[in-house]
Amino acid sequence: MTKKLITDSSEWSFPLLERFDREIANLAHNVYGLDTYANQVEVISSEQMIDAYSSVGLPIYYHHWSFGKQFVSTEQTYRRGQMGLAYEIVINSDPCIAYLMEENSLPMQALVIAHACYGHNSFFKGNYLFRTWTSADAIIDYLVFARKYIAQCEERYGHEEVELLLDSCHALMNHGVDRYKRPAPLTMAEEQRRQREREDYLQYQINDLWRTLPLHGGAAEEQAERRWPEEPQENLLYFIEKNAPLLEPWQREVVRIVRKIGQYFYPQRQTQVMNEGWATYWHYTLLNHLYDDGHVTDGFMMEFLQSHTGVVFQPPFDVPYYSGINPYALGFAMMRDIRRICEEPTDEDRYWFPDIAGGDWKKVLDFAMRNFKDESFIAQFLSPTLMREFRLFSICDDDREEHMQVTAIHEEQGYRALRQSLAEQYNLGSREPNIQVFSVDRRGDRSMTLRHFTHNRRPLGDSVEEMLRHIRRLWGFAVRLETVDDQGRVQLIGEA
Amino acid sequence: MSHFIDRRLNGRNKSAVNRQRFLKRYKTQLKRAVADAVDNRSITDIDSGEKVGIPSRDITEPVFHHGKGGVRDMVHPGNKEFMRGDKIRRPEGGSGEGSGQGKAGKGGAGEDDFVFELSREEFLDLLFDDLELPNLVRNQLIGTTEFKTVRAGYATQGAPNNIDVVRSLKGAIARRTALGAPSRSRIRELEEEIEGLLASGVAEDDIQVRERREEIDRLKTRIAALPFIDTFDLRFQSFVKDPQPTSKAVMLCIMDVSGSMDQVRKNLAKRFFILLYLFLQRNYDKIEVVFIRHHTIAQEVDEQEFFYSRETGGTVVSSALNLAYEVVKERYDSSVWNIYAAQASDGDNWDSDSGVCRDIMIQQLMPLMRYFAYVEITPRQHQSLWYAYQEVMAAHPHFAMQEIGGAEDIFPVFRELFKRQEA
Repeated sequence: MTKKLITDSSEWSFPLLERFDREIANLAHNVYGLDTYANQVEVISSEQMIDAYSSVGLPIYYHHWSFGKQFVSTEQTYRRGQMGLAYEIVINSDPCIAYLMEENSLPMQALVIAHACYGHNSFFKGNYLFRTWTSADAIIDYLVFARKYIAQCEERYGHEEVELLLDSCHALMNHGVDRYKRPAPLTMAEEQRRQREREDYLQYQINDLWRTLPLHGGAAEEQAERRWPEEPQENLLYFIEKNAPLLEPWQREVVRIVRKIGQYFYPQRQTQVMNEGWATYWHYTLLNHLYDDGHVTDGFMMEFLQSHTGVVFQPPFDVPYYSGINPYALGFAMMRDIRRICEEPTDEDRYWFPDIAGGDWKKVLDFAMRNFKDESFIAQFLSPTLMREFRLFSICDDDREEHMQVTAIHEEQGYRALRQSLAEQYNLGSREPNIQVFSVDRRGDRSMTLRHFTHNRRPLGDSVEEMLRHIRRLWGFAVRLETVDDQGRVQLIGEA
Repeated sequence: MSHFIDRRLNGRNKSAVNRQRFLKRYKTQLKRAVADAVDNRSITDIDSGEKVGIPSRDITEPVFHHGKGGVRDMVHPGNKEFMRGDKIRRPEGGSGEGSGQGKAGKGGAGEDDFVFELSREEFLDLLFDDLELPNLVRNQLIGTTEFKTVRAGYATQGAPNNIDVVRSLKGAIARRTALGAPSRSRIRELEEEIEGLLASGVAEDDIQVRERREEIDRLKTRIAALPFIDTFDLRFQSFVKDPQPTSKAVMLCIMDVSGSMDQVRKNLAKRFFILLYLFLQRNYDKIEVVFIRHHTIAQEVDEQEFFYSRETGGTVVSSALNLAYEVVKERYDSSVWNIYAAQASDGDNWDSDSGVCRDIMIQQLMPLMRYFAYVEITPRQHQSLWYAYQEVMAAHPHFAMQEIGGAEDIFPVFRELFKRQEA
């Protein structure tokens, strides 16, 4: 490495950005072995950043009033100075698109390049959830398609119609993801079956009588008694897209678009701590390496460290501005802690992490990045050292008890419970209500029954009525919501 | 491997469409907010944008989420004194909401308004939504006395100052090329022949060569004689007159400044006039405002004096109406100008004058007007002027009158006066 200062200016310019990018890329690829997509770095103004914000960071998106709402509120808080804009937005695509704000100084731009273009980028490329659920090379094309398609629908069927449909779909977006299975590539047999299905469908269209003729005798009864769908369905949007009786083809396609985009964001919601922790760890490591090599000045490092410490600050629970555990702080601390366990393990670490203590930290980190999500990552790698450092404690809030109870603190007896409890906190399955399509009355009034399976007796919030109206709009017939408690007792809680 | 792209010059308003959709969707709430805003603040700065709020519960997007209750485990950082098994009183309010996700707080919290700023245009659009200038249609159909000159391509004839040089010279080049072409190809032929002759051993001063050389010279002279530019080449920029609907308006503000009109009432009147002015501004390119104030005699004054100078004395409304009629006759031809008038008064008038007013209105003023709005600012019983004007209203449908009790009435009254009429 050359002992050479890149610049002592804090103003950025395109040649300087490219220079920094070259240095950082060199370190990331050759020294630390990060595997990334190609980068496309776009320099934008703060107004454009607000634009990007309001469409959940996507460079192209269809039009909807809720993005407008997001836009005015972001613009408002930004203007009043209540909120700084995030320094960066990065999009999981190939090439990976990252935005730099023109107002930022050179150290900030370098931080963002390291954070987004090498940290997040390598996470997107490596983590199993992103690999399984998203296709980075196709997302931009799909968004272009979605935007065009929805614009066409608006022209043909009117803004209002499309807007109402999108409202309902957005409401169900979180319930439009496949959690466990990814559609397998089609086999020949499957392909033929689908072909037959389409033919049958056409046949139905022609011979409407076939469907209305009653079946004879036992066969009919058997048919009537069997519940449908046979298995409860957790992907409400998919179920509606495929089975809602009254949706027009274009409406099905719109439901599908919202569902696909929801699916695209699903891994992000599951890997906040890891993703941010990983990116933060790498900007920290990469920029420190630049400093050690003499590429940047002390002033540069001071500015970088100031914003870095701001990002990873974890306020304790009893300050007014505390709002939960900061995923940057927790993620960053865990990544560093893993390296520490590898490089300087204590006896405690050897006992808790026998297979990684004293190992090669780059390999262990890479393994962790690739194969975990927040929940399992914490369950696997949160060390007693960190629990002590964060002074974590777990509280059980049971509405049958008069008081809340501290169930575990950072002590020998508490470590496992604490870790379990924290991991559970990041389990999307328990964070979001578990609602499934239970049955559809196919032969009667075509009503759909949803079931909410409670966990720890937690009830649904007050949006039930409104949500049922949205579902009804999509389904077209009556919709009932039942709740099933831990003992399996069923209770009707809403109907629309 | 990385690509840097400067997008700063790209469009900034990518979200403009979404913003418009949002405004459209919440138009009812916004209109209410805008009306409140007009009532609550000084009308003089109404011309700028406005901060409006709509209740956030109206605009939340619902999702299924967990409500309060049940058993919940939470992990928090920063333990100072808790030991395992400690019992803690449940905190008041929503500190239990912060289980690491943003969504949970959304449904329960926040009766607060969702506040944001409207641009001036958006604000005025909402403010005057559903309002309509009476008789605007008639005006647009027949008021085509104004013309606008617009470009209409090129013509072969025109005034010298409209010559389009580039276009004309292009034509000249084309003409010269076309007319010179036969000569030039003949020259090429002759040159080839000469070359052939010379190659076959014919001497330079042979008659065959000389003849050809002379012909080439003749042809070259002919090419050179082609005029560089010809009248035939000239092209003129053509303009045609496009009839435009009249879009000039004059607004007559007539106000009683007698002793009984105090500053409070004048301010009310002022608000009304400003609303009218803003409203006209949206419909006409050019607006002139004439301020006429009166007590026993009427005067045309400037804005400052109109609103703020103090006068005393009795009231003769007809003086103002006469002056208004004169001003219109003299300066504003009603076939070109759209004439609007608004009169504000506390209703006081010299008793025997009201009949005079009625006659002036019905016979002279009203036929010239697009619309005449009379507002009476009084908490008291109506006096003779009101009843006289009621007769005017019966005779002319484009006369309207309303009563204003206080500041909160102004906007509703304004809306009432300019309400879109069902056809």
